[in-house]
Amino acid sequence: MRWISQTLAVTLLGVRTIPQRIGPSIVAIIGIGGVVVVFVSVLSIGEGFRAALTAAGAPDRAVVLRGGSDSEMTSGLTGAETDIIKQAPGIAQAGGRPIAASEMMVVVDLNKRSTGTPANVPVRGVEPESFTIRDEVKIIDGRMPRFGTNEAIVGRAAMKQFSGVDLGTQFKSGQLDVTIVGVFSSNGSVNESEVWCDSKVLQGAYRRGNSYQSVVVKLDSPASFETFKNWLTTNPQLNVSARLESEFYAAQTQVMTGLINGIGYTIALLMGIAAVFGAVLTMYTAVATRTREIATLRALGFNVGSVLVSILGESMVLAALGGLAGGALAYVGFNGYETATMNFQTFSQVAFAFKVTPELLSRGLIYSLVMGMVGGLLPAVRAARLPIATALREL
Amino acid sequence: MKFIPLMWRNLLRRKFRTVFTLGCIFISFILYSFMMIVGTAFSMGMDFAGADRLWMMHKVSIIVPVPASYLNEVLATPGVATATYATWFGGSYQGKQNQFPVFATEVPAYLKLYPEFTVPPDQLKALEADRQGAIVGADTAKKFGWKVGDRIPLMGDIYPSKNNDPWTFIVDGIYDSEKTAVDKTQVLFRYDYFDENRRPETKGQVNWYVIKVADPSQSAAVATAIDTHFANSPAETKTTPEKAAIGNFVKQTGNIGAMITAILTVVFFVILLVVANTMAQSVRERTNELAVLKTLGFSDARILMLVVGESMFFALLGGGTALLIMSLTVSRGSLNMPMLPVFAFTAQAKLVGAVLMVLLGLVAGALPAYGAMRLRITDALRRN
Repeated sequence: MRWISQTLAVTLLGVRTIPQRIGPSIVAIIGIGGVVVVFVSVLSIGEGFRAALTAAGAPDRAVVLRGGSDSEMTSGLTGAETDIIKQAPGIAQAGGRPIAASEMMVVVDLNKRSTGTPANVPVRGVEPESFTIRDEVKIIDGRMPRFGTNEAIVGRAAMKQFSGVDLGTQFKSGQLDVTIVGVFSSNGSVNESEVWCDSKVLQGAYRRGNSYQSVVVKLDSPASFETFKNWLTTNPQLNVSARLESEFYAAQTQVMTGLINGIGYTIALLMGIAAVFGAVLTMYTAVATRTREIATLRALGFNVGSVLVSILGESMVLAALGGLAGGALAYVGFNGYETATMNFQTFSQVAFAFKVTPELLSRGLIYSLVMGMVGGLLPAVRAARLPIATALREL
Repeated sequence: MKFIPLMWRNLLRRKFRTVFTLGCIFISFILYSFMMIVGTAFSMGMDFAGADRLWMMHKVSIIVPVPASYLNEVLATPGVATATYATWFGGSYQGKQNQFPVFATEVPAYLKLYPEFTVPPDQLKALEADRQGAIVGADTAKKFGWKVGDRIPLMGDIYPSKNNDPWTFIVDGIYDSEKTAVDKTQVLFRYDYFDENRRPETKGQVNWYVIKVADPSQSAAVATAIDTHFANSPAETKTTPEKAAIGNFVKQTGNIGAMITAILTVVFFVILLVVANTMAQSVRERTNELAVLKTLGFSDARILMLVVGESMFFALLGGGTALLIMSLTVSRGSLNMPMLPVFAFTAQAKLVGAVLMVLLGLVAGALPAYGAMRLRITDALRRN
């Protein structure tokens, strides 16, 4: 008990005297805060990217592609094959028809508004069932397209990021010539980066005959996926692979989030070491300027442990202040910042918003405390080992 | 110069502080180098693109194919020195995680267009006699331990073979390069073998053409002539200088450059504070001494030089060591990330690093040095 109250008293004394060493203390706070800003904001890119893709997947939906394909872009299915796929068991039915849609996917060059340079914007050829399956898709402006006509709708994020697909415009690219009649949202998912039109119109424009790239289905329940998948993979007429939609989209985030996390953690580690060095200098100064004070406390009977802990405590208080400020700055500066990038795995653009999650913020704060502890360790040991007699005599 | 020993003694006065300040600067410049290498990787060798090369692709998008039969008409365009086409094969080796650029192309012509790829002549001859042959980049060969003569099975993710087996190629040669920032991960194999074995519905189609112009100053005119020629054909084309084409592709990823600049700004702001704070403390501790020096007749300018010299020492030693170590270790190696094959610490990045070092030394030392210069001897001697 006595030890605890001693430690607390010394720590409070140290913390209360921080204003006397305001210069070096601010350096430590800014140093650690800087690391946390960078750490949290870089990782929020990966977080946002992943959120956009995983929001597109539901556990009761499945995607069927050609065997061996990972993405719609590299897949290909004939009309006959898609008809067989729609016969599979496990697909939810409505009015005696399976809730399944054959879809096509191409990319067209549209200029990115931010740079004015061409970007691969995905255009999805859909069927009426596509809307039944993805019930999160909502028209937020304009109206639904009429099937069988050259009408298209644009995702909210695609319209914001790329020029030439505003509501009401005629959008031409090669043989494709459609009018944008509506804008849709879909819970911030990757679908919002796309332009949707009738798959028949897209097939015609790309001279694809009657071919598609994927079949999306709504399952009776997540549990019927196994039945559905087994029927497809054992069917000798087909060479396809079926995936739960949630897994399909999660897999598409691997390369990008791996890259961002790899770079983000490397930067955070290097910056962290530099900031720890800065913190060591600050705490070393704190010890140096308080040498006489610490020696006096020791002479009065305060034990070594409480002095050691108090220096560590002070360093961690400074670090926590930096961590909190850094996290707040990252949140205010970057949360919700909308941008678009290329997903290497699908060769097309994904619009997404940076996402500073509470989990990332707590990771940043924990990291700052670790930096504070490591930075305080050496100076704390130094303070504890001060010889009382000589220290008292010091200036 | 004769005051260097004095500056040196001052640095040794607080060894602990000197070491940690140096460490802080050292790590920051390691980080700077790392960011520059990442930036160069994301720019995909744009700065090293051939000035005399054009890329021609379908006007709608690179994923829409162009007929291989356009080659003769391209070659016949005035100003075109040589040209060939290529198709993105997109293969993977022993699982999806092992992907690298695989192109089906007229390999000898392609190598003539990219003289920075060097292949021993006998290996190229072997390829010409071997329909299944491939020329493999040194980085990829090293990564998977491939040697000349090896048979390599690649899954055709975009182009399944007729019976869904892997495609098999024979490593006839390995290309390397003396130049920096050259992609050494590509696998090039013969177009005739590819076209014969892919499914009939895609036959005769390629993704892009590489065109070499006789006179680089005429690039724009040649590009326009080609696009006009194909203007009303079934596949309209878009021809762009290689550098611009890579640049457009790079910008698809987003503004990586701005991100790197933002991060480095934070980093340098932090170390600037650390070094300036160290210098301020060091000056504060030595107020008496500085006053003594002044009494002895040191001019204000000389005092200024002493302090700035010290902070300069920190910046140059810490930063210089980091830049040197990074240049030595980075000359060989790779980021080992698919899509980012270019790995180099460019001369420009080193130069900017050196400039930053000097600026850091100057700025961090400036304020404490100014304070030291303005000290009034009588006050300073009395201050404790």
